[in-house]
Amino acid sequence: MEEFIHSKFNYWIYVLLMMIGLWGMIAKNNLIKKLIGMSIFQTAIILFYVSIAVKEKEANIPILPHHGHDYSPLAAAAHAGHGDGDGGHKDDNGHNASPEGHGDHGDHGHAGAHDPKVPVPNEFANPLPHVLMLTAIVVGVATLGLALAISQKIFKHYGTLEEDELLKKVRADDYV
Amino acid sequence: MKVFTGIIVGCIGMLLLYGVNDTGDFPAWGDPDSPANGSEISQYYITQTIVDTEVPNMVTAVLADYRGYDTMFETVVIFVAGIAIFSVVRMMEDSGWHAPEFLRKPDLVPKHTVRLLVPVIQIFALYVLVHGHSSPGGGFQGGVIMGASYILIALVWDLETALKRFPEKMAITTAGVGILIYAGFGFAPVLMGEEFLNYGILHHVLPGVDTPQMARYYGMFGVEIGVMMTVSSVMFLIYALLASRGLMKKGL
Amino acid sequence: MSEHSPVLLMVCPVFAAVFCVLFGMRNKAVCLPLVLLGLGGSLYFAVDVFYQVQASSSKAISYYLAGWNGTDFPRGVGIEYRVDLLNSLVLMLIPAVGLLAALFSREFVPRETPGKEPQYYTLFLLLLTGLMGMTVTGDAFNLYVLLEVSSLTGYALIAMGSPRAAVSAFQYVILGTIGATFYLLGVGYLYIKTGSLNMSGIHHAIVAHGLMESPAIYVAFILIFAGIWVKLAFFPVFNWLPNAYSQAPTSTGCVVAPLMTKVSVYIMVRVMITLFGADYVYGSLDWSGPIVWVSVIAILSGSVLAFAQKDLRRMLTYLIVAEVGYMVGGAWLLVPGGMARGELLSQTATGMVGTTYHIISDAAMTLCLFMAAGAMIRKAGSSRISSMYGLFSKSPVTMVCFVVGALSMIGVPPTCGFFSKWYLVSGAFAAGRWEFAIALLISSLMNAVLFFRVIEHAFFMNPDDKGEENIAPAFSENPSSMLVPLVLAAASLFAIGLFNKEIAGYLEQFLFYAQFGSYG
Repeated sequence: MEEFIHSKFNYWIYVLLMMIGLWGMIAKNNLIKKLIGMSIFQTAIILFYVSIAVKEKEANIPILPHHGHDYSPLAAAAHAGHGDGDGGHKDDNGHNASPEGHGDHGDHGHAGAHDPKVPVPNEFANPLPHVLMLTAIVVGVATLGLALAISQKIFKHYGTLEEDELLKKVRADDYV
Repeated sequence: MKVFTGIIVGCIGMLLLYGVNDTGDFPAWGDPDSPANGSEISQYYITQTIVDTEVPNMVTAVLADYRGYDTMFETVVIFVAGIAIFSVVRMMEDSGWHAPEFLRKPDLVPKHTVRLLVPVIQIFALYVLVHGHSSPGGGFQGGVIMGASYILIALVWDLETALKRFPEKMAITTAGVGILIYAGFGFAPVLMGEEFLNYGILHHVLPGVDTPQMARYYGMFGVEIGVMMTVSSVMFLIYALLASRGLMKKGL
Repeated sequence: MSEHSPVLLMVCPVFAAVFCVLFGMRNKAVCLPLVLLGLGGSLYFAVDVFYQVQASSSKAISYYLAGWNGTDFPRGVGIEYRVDLLNSLVLMLIPAVGLLAALFSREFVPRETPGKEPQYYTLFLLLLTGLMGMTVTGDAFNLYVLLEVSSLTGYALIAMGSPRAAVSAFQYVILGTIGATFYLLGVGYLYIKTGSLNMSGIHHAIVAHGLMESPAIYVAFILIFAGIWVKLAFFPVFNWLPNAYSQAPTSTGCVVAPLMTKVSVYIMVRVMITLFGADYVYGSLDWSGPIVWVSVIAILSGSVLAFAQKDLRRMLTYLIVAEVGYMVGGAWLLVPGGMARGELLSQTATGMVGTTYHIISDAAMTLCLFMAAGAMIRKAGSSRISSMYGLFSKSPVTMVCFVVGALSMIGVPPTCGFFSKWYLVSGAFAAGRWEFAIALLISSLMNAVLFFRVIEHAFFMNPDDKGEENIAPAFSENPSSMLVPLVLAAASLFAIGLFNKEIAGYLEQFLFYAQFGSYG
């Protein structure tokens, strides 16, 4: 049981959040509280997707370090052309050229030609869920903005944001 | 009603967790060999991004190149949000109903702090945009920061001051132009015979670019500029519309 | 250019929409021509795509966006557009309906949403773009993005009307978001088990890795289906549909009512046939029984609730609920054990041809009826059925089109409604589901009574007039910008009916290639 919760804890967390959000969306009376529930609901999905992109032990963010200089074929070809003309690798933002991963990557050889290194997949987190979630976050923001605008319009005309009072007023209008 | 909903929600939660057990079906936390993490597609993104596109940030490359079409429609979603909120709340004349306003001249400390901060924020926004290729960032993030700088002006002074600097018509126009830039970068390859959004072929047209990889690099940068324009203008437009209840005169 | 048609049909309305808002803000007159141009371009490219699909060997074409094609790169690295016979028919339908609705809207938009015409038409174009994008895509996540584009534009187009419409739109926002988010979650579950987002790639992975028994895939199917269920307004979550569609501005109703639920039905068929595969849906899952029963309830409840309505448009929206019941039930009709015996898919899923034919015919019927209702309401001044007296004399052309639409809903040959009921009922008999066939027939009878009630009001002069001279109301027909699309829509009901053999032939071919077509 302990093991079970530990190894799959990300699923428990996201399901809990999602159900809280879903309950809020349906059960709460105030329109704004429904929207807060909607926001929690969508955030739980984002959490779920990002949690499956994780790789334990050694994985870093999905960005090649040092501007990808050691991995890029074009840079390697340029170095081959220059020979060892350019001395030390001085990165503009000043961080020193430390080894960027575990395992043997050789030195940052800029003497003569060097083949571009191939990124090892286990060292980088899976980029695809992050990309999908950038889109999902944006969609969530757009929906929330539009829903807030609609609630403003409702408040302007009906003077209330409580669903039960609203339904009473709307039904009164309907049977005029 | 609340209890009934609670029961239904509990059942849905149990359904979602069906099959999540120790040995089961669902990949464990952080498993590098799970079907998602170990799949051919994911490995391709990690190993080949730098070869195909010369961009170190794999997320930006997937966002703007491999799955750039999704991002175009994501930008359209933001644009739609701006136009939709405009159409729902915008009122041309005041119906006379509004809550009492509290307008006073801005206080000394916020005024001077923000005067110093806003240019820095905007430059940072441009930095985030341009460095989206090598560090976390990109068009969306830069756009939000840029939009936030105008919202900050609206909060510290008032909405009219911010609107003088970023009028409503200009915001809508900028949003539209952002989408045109993105779609234009997509359509140009079609005119040259390649598929939509295939920036590689643009190395024939873009000045100073000689390889398909660098054409993809700069193509991605171009679409990110379009995205930033749309996002920043729509963020500010949404704030202005909601804060002024559609009147675009006085804000919070 | 023609090889890029799948994407050009999407790009045309996007450009038109942006130009509409940029130039429309300066000069309102430029909006409607831009809309017609954008939709006309889409229709042209959609027809081109249809011919390309016909000409191809496996009756399907693939278009890889940004050049990441399936041969040089692993499949699924980029986004793929995959058009086969089912898509291409629906793809031609969407811009056609949009064009007719746009023409029809010329009278209504300045009256119902004054001062915001450019924004209205922009949202209109983007709604159609979203619907077309959902139809043409072969990537599960791309479908979600375009689903949200069409949903957001739909919410806004409905909320732009009266404040009552804003309340309905809010309810629609909440339910629509639940639906779309469940879909996204389902795609996430599929992704964690298969590692791909490409529809064919997911199917291939499910089959190759033997994932049919997997609980995650089962839950993924439930989630995706639940999400689509909400968007379909299938019983019991249908309450948002009558509120939203009847309160919406007239021209919005004319475009969302025919299209949104039908494209959701298309997505359901696509998920069943392409994403999970007929073997899984008809073989492993045992849902056919319950779902057909729920659809029977949906059909009957939609028809019965329509009786209780005094408002014409609200009555029509309850009929949409019943029509959705036809389509979902038809898709799930199943000859038990057919897949295991290796029979043809069209012999096993006997209602599928009926459902897919009904997507097309119901879209046309609903368009015709909503446009006619909009015209009638404009003439009568109120949307209550009891106020629609004398309309036959005032606006005969409108009423004739309404009658044609009504006949199609009832199921009178040679309109398309008859043929779609024919396919569905024969599918029900072949699958041994008598309750579905009976429900269809009962619903036809109830539709007959409902529509004759309206037609009776419209045909006779003022019935409460006692003693006054019975003067026929003056002939004052609706303007031609409303009549032309209405007549075209009514004519299309006959055309779709007369061509039913060809269309059904295409759909059977679609099922054949879905079953035996190769991956790649």
